[in-house]
Amino acid sequence: MSAKSPIKAIALSSAALAMGTACSAMASNGFSDDVVRIGVLTDMSGIYTDLSGEAAVEAVRMAVEDFGGEVGGVPIEVTYGDHRNRADTGASRAREWYDSEGVDMINDLSNSGVALAVAAVADERQRHAIVNSSSNIGLTNEYCSPYVTHYTYDAHSLAHGTGKSIVEDGGDTWFFLTVDFAFGVGLEEQVSEVVREAGGEVLGAARHPLNTTDFSSYALQAQASGAEIIGIASTGADAINAINALSEFGVSPDQRPAALLLWYDDIESLGLETAQGLLLTNAFYWDANEETREFSERFYERTGRMPNMAQAGNYSSTMHYLNAIEAAGSDDPDAVSKQMRELEINDFFAKGGHIRPNGRMVHDQYLWEVKAPDESEYDYDYLRLVTTIPGEEAFQPLEDSTCHLLDNDE
Amino acid sequence: MDVFGIPIQALMGQLMLGIVNGSFYAVMSLGLAIIFGVLKIVNFAHGAFFMLGAFTAFLLAQHLGANYWTTLLVAPLAVALFGMLFEWLFLRRLYGLDPIYGLLLTFSLVLVLEGGFRVAFGSSGQPFATPEALQGAINLGFMYLPVYRGFVIVAALLICLVTWFVIERTALGASLRAATERAELTQAFGINVPRLVTLTYGVGVGLAGFAGVLAAPIFHVNPSMGSSLVIIIFAVVVIGGLGSIMGAIVTGLGLGVVEGFTRVFYSEFSSTIVFLVMVLVLLLRPAGLFGREEG
Repeated sequence: MSAKSPIKAIALSSAALAMGTACSAMASNGFSDDVVRIGVLTDMSGIYTDLSGEAAVEAVRMAVEDFGGEVGGVPIEVTYGDHRNRADTGASRAREWYDSEGVDMINDLSNSGVALAVAAVADERQRHAIVNSSSNIGLTNEYCSPYVTHYTYDAHSLAHGTGKSIVEDGGDTWFFLTVDFAFGVGLEEQVSEVVREAGGEVLGAARHPLNTTDFSSYALQAQASGAEIIGIASTGADAINAINALSEFGVSPDQRPAALLLWYDDIESLGLETAQGLLLTNAFYWDANEETREFSERFYERTGRMPNMAQAGNYSSTMHYLNAIEAAGSDDPDAVSKQMRELEINDFFAKGGHIRPNGRMVHDQYLWEVKAPDESEYDYDYLRLVTTIPGEEAFQPLEDSTCHLLDNDE
Repeated sequence: MDVFGIPIQALMGQLMLGIVNGSFYAVMSLGLAIIFGVLKIVNFAHGAFFMLGAFTAFLLAQHLGANYWTTLLVAPLAVALFGMLFEWLFLRRLYGLDPIYGLLLTFSLVLVLEGGFRVAFGSSGQPFATPEALQGAINLGFMYLPVYRGFVIVAALLICLVTWFVIERTALGASLRAATERAELTQAFGINVPRLVTLTYGVGVGLAGFAGVLAAPIFHVNPSMGSSLVIIIFAVVVIGGLGSIMGAIVTGLGLGVVEGFTRVFYSEFSSTIVFLVMVLVLLLRPAGLFGREEG
């Protein structure tokens, strides 16, 4: 008997150890380390600070507060970080957050390069990432993951909003001014496809680096191309500088600029005088209805600015994530992922929104036109609704997605 | 008519734009060269002073209703005063130390200024209207040149020539050059060298502020407008020869033109060409095109 006891002891202690490990990984209530941590990874110091940045963090904080500060009896914490528009910085921060700081979900992710890199980390670490302010459709195609959600908009919805309406309006020949990374190139591809499908022609493109100040040379190239439409496949300060240069060099009356991703904030920066008549595809506008106004006014009180679509998306997606945790009764990534894809989204941001198996959140998009200065009646009164694009038309048909989670033949 | 398959019109257009950009390079690198010549400080904050000039003009116009011509005069002076204060309070403690200290201090000023303006004004920038008298465009036959860009060339060349004249042809400039060569000896002649040094820094950054006001209607006023420019300016000064006044002016204009032509033939390469030229010049003439070999 005595000879067996050491074996018994080892067996017992290993069983105890195994149970102990299980307990520490998943507390008895189904929540990892007894807290739900949300990390907002955004641009805090670069060209996209105005589009996401501090206000994105505030939107997530608002959602957490409105949710009650805790879910399933455990507190919710919000942390944030700056990716400096570098994919490697973003990826290593994400890895650090998931691995050693217990972050359960990363939100915002402005800059497509960063978003793609973080999506890969999320997939590898099996933790959630929700992309609100980048457009590259690789996120729901070759780089899709059960843990990655592409929430607010994408290059496909932009191309089928602004791009398509301009082609239908008779803009047959295009020349692109494209910012030279995943976002611009992806957007140019999507719009080119729409142009060609409609029988139009793409005459060429000029690629410029991120954060270009002088667009004069590109403006001349665009003029020389003779294209009717000059598609601006960039956003934020780049798009503003491009539009200014095109107007300064007097793009002739038979040439028109088309900004493919304009934000509410860009309109403010350009001024209505320059921006009037431009079209933009946005998933959200503060002044659309009573619900959006209610949210936006609360947001304004906290941040001193009206929310743009990504910030509204940050709020809505955080709420959805927390609702999914509540429904699952756990923050286990697989259980949450399942709930996120099952629950419908109905709030001020989206009506009848749902997440497809490839991670695409499908909801209506809106085409807006910028008002002329004399049409703007009160502060922040900038946009007029042109048309609503139903979610199923705006986003890539599921059968075209190359996502490995789908059964599409590839 | 084509040159290497490129219509001559496109070529002339880019040449013209190259001269406009070159004008900015010339004014900026002139200031940097003067500062390096006298203070032996690598003024990394030069781009931040450029931004400060643009923002000062913006604030003057926005809050005091100042017209463009007033801002063109007042903003560079304000930047110069700020620069002199910075030199007097901080920079002068570093003379005689390894140049890396000056570089670090001025770089930290960049971070503080850019960060502060980003918090206050956001990253997308503020619009700045072109003065009414300079709106519109002139038809040059090969392109429509916005009148304002033409004005930039004239104003930049004028300020460069005035600066060159003051340094090379006046008594003040002579003392300055003497202080550059032999500071102690100049002091012995009764010239207040520390005050001269403060003044020089003021003039150098004032030039950057002037370029900033010139750039405001073109580039949109935003906190990072100087940071992309400053790297090119360093290359210009190195190519021209550290501390050479004429070198900085001529090289600035020349590189603007080279960059413009590169945009026609291979646009993606245009942000790199300046550095390629720098490598070549350093290989063949380590002191720069207009610099003197030391010792």
